[in-house]
Amino acid sequence: MNYADLFRVTLPETALEIAALVVLVVDLGFLRKTALKARVAVAALLGVAGCGAAIWALQFQGDAGLSYGTIGESTLLATGGFAQIAQSGILVLTALTLLLLIDSDFTRHVGEYVSVVLMAAVGGLLISAAQDLLVIFIGLELLSLGLYILTAFAKSSGKSAEAAMKYYLFGGMSAAFLLFGFSYLYGITGSTNLNQIFSALAVGEGDSFPLLIVAVVLVFAGLGFKVAAVPFHLWAPDTYEGAPAPAAAFIASVSKVASFTLLLSIGFASEHILISGAGFWTRFGAGLGSIRFELLWNVILFAAAALSMVVGNLAALAQVSVRRLLAYSAIAHAGYLLLGITNNHGEVIAHLPFSRPSPTTDAVLFYILTYGLTTIGAFGVVSVVERATGSDRLDSFLGLHKRNSLLAAVLLVLFLSLAGIPPLVGFYAKFNLFAAVLGVSAGPVPFTLVALAVAFSAVSLYYYLQVLKRAYVMPAVDESPIKAHPATMAVLVAIAAAVVVLGCFPALLQNWIESFYR
Amino acid sequence: MLAWTIYLSFAGAIMLAILPKAKPALARWLALSVAVAGLAIAIAGFAAGMGQGRTVFVDLPWVPSMGIHFLLAADGISRVLVLLTGLAAVAGVLFSWNIELRTNEFFAFFLALIGGVYGVFLSFDLLLLFVFYEIAIVPKYFLIAIWGSTRREYAAMKLAIYSFAGSAMVLIGLLAAYATSGSHSTSLVELGHAGFPVSFQMWCFPLVFTGFAILAGMWPFHTWAPTGHVAAPTAASMLLAGVVMKLGAYGCLRVGIALFPRGLDPWGFSFIGFGSWRDVFAVLAVVGIIYGALVALAQTDFKFVIGYSSVSHMGFVLLGLMTLNQIGMTGAVLQMFSHGIIAGLLFAIVGRIVYDRTHTRQLAELETMHLSRRLPFAAWAFVIAGMASMGLPGFSGFVAELQVLVGAWKVNPWWVAAAGVGIVVGVAYTWRALQMAFFGDAPASPHVLEQEHGHKLAAITWPEVTGVVLLAGASLGVGLYPRILLDTIEPAVKALLAGGVQ
Repeated sequence: MNYADLFRVTLPETALEIAALVVLVVDLGFLRKTALKARVAVAALLGVAGCGAAIWALQFQGDAGLSYGTIGESTLLATGGFAQIAQSGILVLTALTLLLLIDSDFTRHVGEYVSVVLMAAVGGLLISAAQDLLVIFIGLELLSLGLYILTAFAKSSGKSAEAAMKYYLFGGMSAAFLLFGFSYLYGITGSTNLNQIFSALAVGEGDSFPLLIVAVVLVFAGLGFKVAAVPFHLWAPDTYEGAPAPAAAFIASVSKVASFTLLLSIGFASEHILISGAGFWTRFGAGLGSIRFELLWNVILFAAAALSMVVGNLAALAQVSVRRLLAYSAIAHAGYLLLGITNNHGEVIAHLPFSRPSPTTDAVLFYILTYGLTTIGAFGVVSVVERATGSDRLDSFLGLHKRNSLLAAVLLVLFLSLAGIPPLVGFYAKFNLFAAVLGVSAGPVPFTLVALAVAFSAVSLYYYLQVLKRAYVMPAVDESPIKAHPATMAVLVAIAAAVVVLGCFPALLQNWIESFYR
Repeated sequence: MLAWTIYLSFAGAIMLAILPKAKPALARWLALSVAVAGLAIAIAGFAAGMGQGRTVFVDLPWVPSMGIHFLLAADGISRVLVLLTGLAAVAGVLFSWNIELRTNEFFAFFLALIGGVYGVFLSFDLLLLFVFYEIAIVPKYFLIAIWGSTRREYAAMKLAIYSFAGSAMVLIGLLAAYATSGSHSTSLVELGHAGFPVSFQMWCFPLVFTGFAILAGMWPFHTWAPTGHVAAPTAASMLLAGVVMKLGAYGCLRVGIALFPRGLDPWGFSFIGFGSWRDVFAVLAVVGIIYGALVALAQTDFKFVIGYSSVSHMGFVLLGLMTLNQIGMTGAVLQMFSHGIIAGLLFAIVGRIVYDRTHTRQLAELETMHLSRRLPFAAWAFVIAGMASMGLPGFSGFVAELQVLVGAWKVNPWWVAAAGVGIVVGVAYTWRALQMAFFGDAPASPHVLEQEHGHKLAAITWPEVTGVVLLAGASLGVGLYPRILLDTIEPAVKALLAGGVQ
């Protein structure tokens, strides 16, 4: 490792950090006396520009990644491949959440807000690429601390403070679990590098299996919290409900993308040891440890996936707050996604080049990126309605089609996409994910879980229709038009259009994802 | 060419959605012209396709990495059902001429539904078929929930959940078939050649068949149908009974039977008299025929009578499919067409011509209104529609049901005996409804007559006359000269039996 490499690989992160500082300087230094609206616009646009610069910088990262020794054996940060896909996604979604800020007035400290968003996004970029337990932990903390602050940003709202406190307590606890689990992993294998850990496991640390169980369970407790998988989901409804809307959108999209990418890289590292380089012989040799790890990891993920689908969908049925409804639906979607994480088997990957993960990885990325996009739009609509009616209860959506027909149409598209109705992208994402899961392994357990997921998608239509029913069917109590800022409307319409276009032509996004493996 | 029915309908739906709200007349005429254009294309495509086998119109790679194609094609079965859809769409617009509430949205949802239906009938790629199938669900929900009557929100949600549960079952089967075939294609033809293991077909067939049959109104999953039909606005009930239930039956045929023919094989053991899935579904179909007819006989609401009669008539379609022989399955397809026309006509008379004038559907109240004198057109239209519905010779229903019964006789005469009971009850409930609604013998005292004279019912309008003539004419035409459709259906069924069923 040299500093040139470090500079090259962390160029996007650096761009975001610089943008964060510039926003602070401009907002606090030059715009003190300006009207709030102008400050919000300037800060948001600067933040978006920072994201753009970071996207532009992604191409200079190179393919080698950042490592302190042999490449692959001692990587700290990966570049290219799915890490880069996720990073691009994170940056685009961050920019979108910043654009939604333009219309909001929950805080006067816009400079601070935008720079915290950008720094949290840096954490997201780091964990998408991280291959080392320490980098993972630092990235996660950077992301999480940012999210706690963002949740609490509406200082005048008691709910916001309450949500932030709950989120922080849960988050701190789960970070402690994660760190504890990491320490066990280090203790068992003597390394903090993912590849080395799995190599060591593959060589067969059979005696330490009980310890490995504890370590894996603890690690999953920490990561399960980030993706809001049952039983580590309790923070989600409160946080989604209390956080200011742009912050909630950020938590629901960017943080999810980053955390799922982290889960992907852990699964990826565990499999590639079975087939690549040093690991190849161990497959027939002494190594039960790695297979045991995979088995254990899959069992945990299957259980969490099944629980998340069931609990998320059923709990969403009973919600009267649309934000809480979105939170439970996010839990359900996390359940579907965890299915894609589980099903990775060395047999399939053996046919693919090293840089090429299994088909489920692509499907998971497709799903999480489009889900993130849709959910940002959903929170955008909720925040507009909330500002007009003062609440996010189901009843505040009454007669929305009369009050703002364009907004209602956007809501229709986004919620139907979340429910998985074709030709919207949510349908294709689900189909693609489930087909990939079954394509990799069609054993009875994955099949049962996919059947469960499809069945619960049918259940989910009910609660999405509850919102749409109020927007389109039930009579309005108040017919005064709802006005939204033109910029917000433009972003929301663009998101809805993307949901339709990507649903009709999913090959566009798929080809883009493919293009990273060439 | 037939592909344009789909594009035109969706284009019409989008145009109507962005049309200025204040011009209902424009919306009506636009919707009518789109529907008529669709019908014209359907007729032209039907005529051009006569004597031809399966023709492919469009075959574009849609998602290359998964082998999904945008594959539109038609064989004889598709052409007949597209023709039905065209007729139902035109009639539906005509009978919705008096919709004043959110007119353009109504027709936008209506055309979106029609576009989805055309799409299902013309898709020869399983995923594409499924996509169109689901596209049709959402407009149905809004049509019923916004413009419906009796317990509309309940009925709309029930229908949406039933449909979505059914399509979830289909989706599971689709995913399993895709994963099992390993051919990385979702084309119906290629999946048909995939050679699925018998053990796989044995569980996948009932799953997919039941999933589709929910929408076809198979007993005991039919309960969405009567409530949905009753709550829906006239045009939507016409479409629900006319074409949407056919989507289910078509899926049973095109996907269930054609892809998983070995799923119908005998199990090799007998469980309380059932030796195969074929027996199970045939018995469910027969139960549906009798049950639907008996329940229709006991209804007090005119529209519920028609709603349950749909369940009964759709039982014939499913029974015909389970015969697995040429004549029975031809009859099933013809019955889809026939019931689509006749049910549309019946719902139009009940929902639009009668209800919109009398504002009641209770047979007991209608009995006192002397409708045969005050609405002679409605009365005679219902006499014709009722005769068609009973399956009297000269109407399409007769040919269709006869073929189904002949086909069923070859397999199991007991099915025919039971279905015969359903036909007899069918005559009874149609007669009862006809008599109570139009020819009630309540005494006509001078006072009542005077009062009725004061409240003249609105005159019959031209869209209503056109719609009735169109539908009744279609049923009569097919009844008198069934070869016009049979020549197209028979080769397609033969090909399907040869390719799919053993």
